[in-house]
Amino acid sequence: MRHLQLPATIAAILLLSACGGEADPLEYGPTPQLPEPHRGLLPAMKIADPADWGDQRPAVPEGYTIAPIATDLKIPRQTLVLPNGDILVAEGKGGNAPTLTPKDLIAGYIKKQGTSSIEGGDRLTLLRDADGDGVYEGRSVFAENLNAPYGLALIGNRLFVANQDAIVRFDYAPGQIRANGDPVEVTRLPSEINHHWTKAMTAGPDGRYLYVGIGSNSNIGERGLSVEEDRAVVWQVDAATGLHRVFASGLRNPTALAIGPGGGQLWAVVNERDELGADLVPDYLTSVRQGAFYGWPYSYWGQHVDPRVRPENPEKVASAVPPDYSLGSHTAPLGLAFSSPAMGPQFAEGAFVGMHGSWNRGTPSGYKVVFVPFRGGRPEGQPIDFVTNFMGADGKTRGRPVGVSVDPRGALIVADDLSNTLWRVTPVAQRPPAVIPEAANQGR
Amino acid sequence: MQHRAGARADRPISPLHAILIASPIPLFLGAVLSNWAYASTYQIQWTNFASWLVAGGLVFVGFAFVWAIVEVLTGRGQRRWLYVALVLATFICGLITALELAKDAWAAMPGALVLSIITLILSVAMNWAAYWSRGV
Repeated sequence: MRHLQLPATIAAILLLSACGGEADPLEYGPTPQLPEPHRGLLPAMKIADPADWGDQRPAVPEGYTIAPIATDLKIPRQTLVLPNGDILVAEGKGGNAPTLTPKDLIAGYIKKQGTSSIEGGDRLTLLRDADGDGVYEGRSVFAENLNAPYGLALIGNRLFVANQDAIVRFDYAPGQIRANGDPVEVTRLPSEINHHWTKAMTAGPDGRYLYVGIGSNSNIGERGLSVEEDRAVVWQVDAATGLHRVFASGLRNPTALAIGPGGGQLWAVVNERDELGADLVPDYLTSVRQGAFYGWPYSYWGQHVDPRVRPENPEKVASAVPPDYSLGSHTAPLGLAFSSPAMGPQFAEGAFVGMHGSWNRGTPSGYKVVFVPFRGGRPEGQPIDFVTNFMGADGKTRGRPVGVSVDPRGALIVADDLSNTLWRVTPVAQRPPAVIPEAANQGR
Repeated sequence: MQHRAGARADRPISPLHAILIASPIPLFLGAVLSNWAYASTYQIQWTNFASWLVAGGLVFVGFAFVWAIVEVLTGRGQRRWLYVALVLATFICGLITALELAKDAWAAMPGALVLSIITLILSVAMNWAAYWSRGV
């Protein structure tokens, strides 16, 4: 880890380390232990110290293999496996939050040390493996001049892209490697400030609606509550007309959305608030219920009041529902994809979650892809590490997972926005099945 | 400036030094008022103002502290230990106020308000000590 000299020195001088008493392992599952909020004079900080992969590779379970299928991307975030097996990669970097305080200035600089210095591509790259050997020899720019594209969804012959300020639409024909022209705007999205700029998106089960995650404009209201209008919500958008409504609210930063197995239920991974301690607040995976309020900013994990928000709103707190499944505090889940039997028996039923990794924790958390087992359509049991070693034993960080996609042919695609690589994890023993099973929630 | 030996304690304070130690007072006073305004209105802009005002005050106090240390080390300020201590106390208290203000939203309260008042009082005392120790 990079020990930032100035904050580290100040912390040492003041003898006010904020990282005491951290418990590991993390609290996973439906009922995490929630300690009392705690924050020292300085927030606990450990920023990723980037290094090149060199000969190293991310680690995968026995019986699986991992390979880079595209490198030198420009900040790959989310991916979409198209019906013909081509992979679309959304590349970009968004946000235009102004510096309002000395803290913004200093924290912004520090956090930048743990990310890629490459400029975002603002484009979609298409990758093709024509002969099915696992090498994606074909590569083209499908569309460019987008605005920090993130969420991707295909409904029939229409490809929807969630830019940081709008949903746009391209016509798509199977096998196409380049968009026909400029996209059509479906609807504007809230984009003022865009502290959390990523617009996660998935298509609903019947192909009529798109669901879009719109993150909050602050950690916990420190930019004022007026800028949080229409933020920390999931929108339901009519794909044909662009008409939209708030589907669920109080979700601080819903960074990936997917329709669950069996069809119908919308799920989200959500990044919860920082600076309440090492083990607060757990980031989570939850089914998103229509009309539900999940607490932000007034409370967390149901009705635990956040004392940092004024004016208070006891009525909203009373209406807050707890999420389904803790993914551990500060792990920063940014990717969500439901598995398919082609991923092997141990990983057939459940969800893969890409964790970008923490900054606000003395002992880093996340920096891996986990598998959350499901039974009967609900998460059950502890998460299983699926791709690790993004943060090496030497403390160097070589990659940071973002979006994950399941290729129904039997592969997990992982976007890595630190090394600007796309990774592909496949079961070793298994040959690609002759019959392509239907995608769980993609390629409709 | 006068440089005659034997007249140290009575030497009038240099204008630049005077500016360094006087400037924090309006800045810290502004921080107190801004904190008060945030505490009573919940309008977030006031706490942003307070953060910058404290940061500005710290810049002046920081230079004043360097000046004071140099004076002591060069033998021109032996009798000013109270002044030096007050400059240091103002700086430390201001720094803690700044860190308190770096907590998000209401997490800064009431600590930032209380600490900014103490910092203001210390900065006034620091000025008093600066002139008093010179016998002005």
